[in-house]
Amino acid sequence: MAGREESIICVRGLRNSFGEQVVHENLDLDVRRGEILGVVGGSGTGKSVLMRSIVGLQPPDEGEITVFGENALSQDEAEATAMRKRWGVLFQGGALFSTLTVAENIQVPLREFYPQLDQGLLDEIAAYKVVMTGLAPDAGPKYPSELSGGMKKRAGLARALALDPQLLFLDEPTAGLDPIGAAGFDALTKSLHKTLGLTVFLITHDLDTLYAICDRVAVLADRKVIAVGTIPELLALDHPWIQEYFNGPRGREATATVERNEAQQEAEAE
Amino acid sequence: MTAPADFSPAGDHTGTLRFSGSLALACLGDLPDRLNAYDGAVDRLDMSGIDHIDTVGAWVIHRFAVGHGAEIDGLDTDGKYLLEQVSAADKPVQMRPEPCGAFARVLGEIGDAVVISINTLYGLLGFLGATTIAFWNVVRHPQRFRFNATVHRFEVVGVSALGIIGLMSFLIGIVIAQQGAVQLRQFGAEALTINLIGRITLRELGVLMTAIMVAGRSGSAFAAQLGTMKLTEEIDAMRTIGVSPMEALVLPRTISAIVLMPLLGFYSSLIAIIGGGVLCWVSLGIPPVTFIQRLREVVPITDLYVGLVKAPVFGAIIAIAGCFQGMLVESDAEQVGLRTTSAVVQAIFLVIVLDAFFAVFFTWIGWI
Repeated sequence: MAGREESIICVRGLRNSFGEQVVHENLDLDVRRGEILGVVGGSGTGKSVLMRSIVGLQPPDEGEITVFGENALSQDEAEATAMRKRWGVLFQGGALFSTLTVAENIQVPLREFYPQLDQGLLDEIAAYKVVMTGLAPDAGPKYPSELSGGMKKRAGLARALALDPQLLFLDEPTAGLDPIGAAGFDALTKSLHKTLGLTVFLITHDLDTLYAICDRVAVLADRKVIAVGTIPELLALDHPWIQEYFNGPRGREATATVERNEAQQEAEAE
Repeated sequence: MTAPADFSPAGDHTGTLRFSGSLALACLGDLPDRLNAYDGAVDRLDMSGIDHIDTVGAWVIHRFAVGHGAEIDGLDTDGKYLLEQVSAADKPVQMRPEPCGAFARVLGEIGDAVVISINTLYGLLGFLGATTIAFWNVVRHPQRFRFNATVHRFEVVGVSALGIIGLMSFLIGIVIAQQGAVQLRQFGAEALTINLIGRITLRELGVLMTAIMVAGRSGSAFAAQLGTMKLTEEIDAMRTIGVSPMEALVLPRTISAIVLMPLLGFYSSLIAIIGGGVLCWVSLGIPPVTFIQRLREVVPITDLYVGLVKAPVFGAIIAIAGCFQGMLVESDAEQVGLRTTSAVVQAIFLVIVLDAFFAVFFTWIGWI
């Protein structure tokens, strides 16, 4: 291993378009091993499209995408399958299979890739994933339609983590959650990141999430990634969108919350 | 990182198991089974020889250690943290619904089905009532009538269906004439084929086949449209704005089905008679003029009334069953499909049941 600076995802010269509308043009992005990278941008700047390109759901017009050091675009089916084993994806609404229970949903990737595992072990694996992702112990036999939005996301996360991936894609994990639920989900992401040594690609609109858990933040605007860095680094930049984003009323509120929490922690330490 | 996971007892009989290789999901192999089968005394698990561990490996080790009362050591900091987190997640979790005996389950399913059927019938009657109330409201406040929506439904339910209903009716007319001619020829009564075609299409088949086609085309579409609107909360939005979904959605559909079913049924009968006439001409050598002349003699006008009286009732049933099932959709997209199927099945079933009642009724009043 080449240390923590090694790129786990490397995107170069990406171009995506839908008909006349160009979403990405000459987009470059690196995600380093072991970091939580937050991806922000206004609505319609192609955050989800970028994620879909990286995981292979949206073949780009041009450009190179390297994941785990391998070219993600020119693979045969076997190589692509091997790569899919090493990442987990949480879609915005959870995307749970509605005809399967939560437990069966979590077991789908395990059954698909490791058919030799016996049912007892599968159940045990699903059981501790249920607990680790903070689902209620009686959630196993429930169907997705019986779960609340937050529970669906947790169940989706449990499924994304079923194979112990090295790389986790989260698409707006805290959207639609109440602030307490969102903070809980942030804490969960952080704790799993630490426990499993995950690299996390996190699309979000939630400034609190950015401040709370992201190591670096990539900003999408003008069809490309205009800046990547820690929040203080981004704040030092002069781009109007970045300034408005972090220094707008909501941005200031999030900063104040972080400062308040830090002050509180210091006070408690004394 | 890809060496298979393995373990072996240390040679010094201290009850230590040494693990090696990569304790990750991809490299576990039969390790869990071998650990399950291991029955020697163990009080210490030495993990210092392993390359890598993930949550599945940690879980297997944790379970084994708990089962044998052994200690785990030799893990690096990350490994220890991982094991702590996994052990903390060792809580009883329910994976499956409570098991239940086969007999009790079958009884339960029968009971559920009965309760659902009764509730559906009850709900359908309630929905019929609600539609009637909405109709009277619109009669009292005619400015609330959705004229454009209704006319648009006329096109979707009626005009667009002309092609397929015409083709179907024409073919059915041919089939009836051909089958009838073959059977009646045995008695030398081929000429009665005309009676058969004229009476059966006007009294029964024209309207019945149209009802089945409209249930398949429009009843299902009503259920799917309303179901999707229910899912996307459009119907809730309508209610909060103060628009009654019964007046805005259900009534135009019901009225269009009631108005168009007699027209489509009449059209279908006519085309079926033409189909039968064509076959009579081609295969029995009865010229069209004779065919029409004979039709006028043998088909009483009450046959036409029988068909036209039934048609609007069938239209109402189809529209109300479709809209009712659509409004029942809740929570997920799968329900839209299920409800659409139920709408069609219910509509066709009720149409045939009512058709039987109508047959008895018309015989009773002497329209035979």
